[in-house]
Amino acid sequence: MKLKILMASMLSISLFACTSKQEAEDAAKNSPSPVEAAAEQPEVHGVEIKDLELTNPLNKEWITNGEKIYDSKCLSCHKLTDEKVVGPGWKGVTQRRKPIWIMNMILNVEIMLDEDPEAQLLLEQCLIRMPNQNLTHDEARQVVEFMRHNDGEK
Amino acid sequence: MKIYHLITATAVPLLLLALTGCAPKNPTQAITGDAAEKVYVAPGKHDAYYSFVSGGFSGQVSVYGLPSGRLFRVIPVFSQDPQTGWGYSEETKPMLNTSHGFTPWDDSHHIALSTTNGEHDGKWVFINGNNTPRIARISLKTFRTEEVIEIPNASGNHSSPFLTENSEYAVAGTRFSFPLDYDGETVDVPINSYKKNFKGTVSFVSINKESGNMAVAFQLLLPGINFDLSRGGRGPSKDWFFFSCYNTELANTLLEVNASQKDKDFIMAVNWKKAEQYIAAGKGKKLNVNYAHNVYSDETHTSTSTMIKEILALDPIELKDIVYFMPCPKSPHGCDVDPSGKYIVGSGKLAALIPVFSFDKMIAAIAAKNFEGEFEGIPVLKYESVLHGEVKKPGLGPLHTEFDGKGFAYTSMFVSSEIVKWNIENLTVVDRVPTYYSIGHLSIPGGPTAKPHGQYVIAYNKITKDRYLPTGPELTQSAQIYDISGEKMKLLLDFPTIGEPHYAEALPAKLVEPNSVKFFKIEDNKHPYVTKSEKEAKVVRQGNQVHVYMTCIRSHFVPDNIEGIKMGDVLYFHITNLEQDWDVPHGFAIKGANNAELLIMPGETATLKWSPDRVGVSPMYCTDFCSALHQEMQGYVRVSPAGSSTPLKWSTGETPEANLSADVK
Repeated sequence: MKLKILMASMLSISLFACTSKQEAEDAAKNSPSPVEAAAEQPEVHGVEIKDLELTNPLNKEWITNGEKIYDSKCLSCHKLTDEKVVGPGWKGVTQRRKPIWIMNMILNVEIMLDEDPEAQLLLEQCLIRMPNQNLTHDEARQVVEFMRHNDGEK
Repeated sequence: MKIYHLITATAVPLLLLALTGCAPKNPTQAITGDAAEKVYVAPGKHDAYYSFVSGGFSGQVSVYGLPSGRLFRVIPVFSQDPQTGWGYSEETKPMLNTSHGFTPWDDSHHIALSTTNGEHDGKWVFINGNNTPRIARISLKTFRTEEVIEIPNASGNHSSPFLTENSEYAVAGTRFSFPLDYDGETVDVPINSYKKNFKGTVSFVSINKESGNMAVAFQLLLPGINFDLSRGGRGPSKDWFFFSCYNTELANTLLEVNASQKDKDFIMAVNWKKAEQYIAAGKGKKLNVNYAHNVYSDETHTSTSTMIKEILALDPIELKDIVYFMPCPKSPHGCDVDPSGKYIVGSGKLAALIPVFSFDKMIAAIAAKNFEGEFEGIPVLKYESVLHGEVKKPGLGPLHTEFDGKGFAYTSMFVSSEIVKWNIENLTVVDRVPTYYSIGHLSIPGGPTAKPHGQYVIAYNKITKDRYLPTGPELTQSAQIYDISGEKMKLLLDFPTIGEPHYAEALPAKLVEPNSVKFFKIEDNKHPYVTKSEKEAKVVRQGNQVHVYMTCIRSHFVPDNIEGIKMGDVLYFHITNLEQDWDVPHGFAIKGANNAELLIMPGETATLKWSPDRVGVSPMYCTDFCSALHQEMQGYVRVSPAGSSTPLKWSTGETPEANLSADVK
């Protein structure tokens, strides 16, 4: 059987030509440049916060907004006392940490957990990578104001 | 077994070759040394194309990357999907509503990607439901089914949901003609009264340019033939739509024989612009119908199902100049329009040639009334007057044709198991490759549009046999990618598919990738039972209905202890995922649930209904590994006997009294 097939196929190849040369050349000439393979997808880590100015007295509107954001996006893991639940309690956080550090933890948590020794220490204690809750810069600033308020600053 | 198989797979094309010319290479010759390199997408790199593949009897749509052939996702459409809760969650049940009630399965055949000016625009995927006639629209931002519309006066919605050049309309046609009951007449008729009582219809479903929302704009009442496939015109033919038709014998039994009698059936040409004008001029008749229109909202994360009672119909026999028939040899299946819009390719399943019709000639023949007669009151054009030419002896069983934008057409040959490449202008066959085995549809990225990307053709085969490690009597379906960038087609890769793929379409990834939604903003969540903060979590009793407003975040539920539930209660767990990060869904399952789980995307709310069937404490947990403490993401519901006085209470993180007293003991 195999032999017959082989013979048949040789016969058909030898008897007929498949493509006109001209057509093939035309096709090659007109072919579009291949669609470029999409590049590697870099993960989005936001923009690192380098400096932050704090002012007194505290901005009341920011405190109110910051508390609302806290209720929706932070409260699940952070209490306002010093009790640790999923993450550390917030009491005293503005004394323990620089405001830039807090802002970066909120906005660039992926970089912080990969590079910042203090953040890595917290990960060892809590064993849950803090999620990026996708706050804007302004929202994070308002959360910091709420933290300062929580720590008794005026 | 294997020997027989090899004989059929190899001998049939060879037999044919003796007649026609070009030899298929055998499988080993067909693979060249650089094949692996051409389909290798390195770890972390992305594919160049998205491919959307119909699931056939799975009722779903799968998403593949090309050229790697990697499966990324199965999008649930017409069939319930327990792993995502599609069709099980309270929010998505209405999406599967039809005039027949809840209809949790369908047979999805044809993909249509939205186009603007005849080119892919990356907005939506449309897919037909064949069994209980429907069209669904999937968003290419969320990759979710956003809308399902039922087609009234239809059976077997096969020639669907192909689109017009600017996605003004999707079409739907009856594969099965049947007695229509819109005018209140009895439909309880003898089956053998087919010729008298059975009718076909073709519907034009309008698509809103911005929202994508669909509506049945008008319906054409047609003779009782079978509409098989269709394509919209483009460029010069943009106002027209073409449908392949079979069973012009009007047979109602043993169609295999009885619908294969005539030498020619038809390609039906529909002037939809003309139909629009008649509708605008008030020529449409209102028909009483009943069909479902289901819409999902990303804002409320819920869907609604509305029953619609009326449509507008046009009678092309009365109105004369909307519909024409072009004779097409032997039960045409594929009906494909070339990128220029000048040619229509009909593929007679049983024909030994491929007729190519000329749009310009068709217009001239209509103007000159070059008719050979009428069929059921509709003019039939003379075959020779509309023919551009015939591809002679292309192979056996031509089904579908795609285009490479370089002047060539690629036709799938089911019986001879091959793809045949031919020149559209001079109609000569220039190359052929075997497929493994019995190819149905084929797909070139952009192939059915004005701008094909002639780099690959993918064969979607009907028979798998020995291509992969065997898995018992039931096998995956096989697909094959061929490089068509050069003069000869070259086999690159086999890949398995879900369900039974029919049509597929592919488009450049850059049209879709940047728009893909990463999570739903919790601030924008307008679900009526949303819980936006753990502070708002609660349990509310309304008679025997208990609504649980629950949140989840890595890695706990609030509340996670619920008491005061009684036998006879029906619980609704409305669960909001508070995460605002990409790729952090949470799952929810509870013991004994008779439906499924929920998979809740970040920022989304979803609802699982649960009717406890026994007294006791039932655990619930997160099913999607979410963090190092995922295994701790769990809770309990206490169910007490009917009439007991256990108070309704809920909590997370409280140390219950019972434990304390146990410690004391």
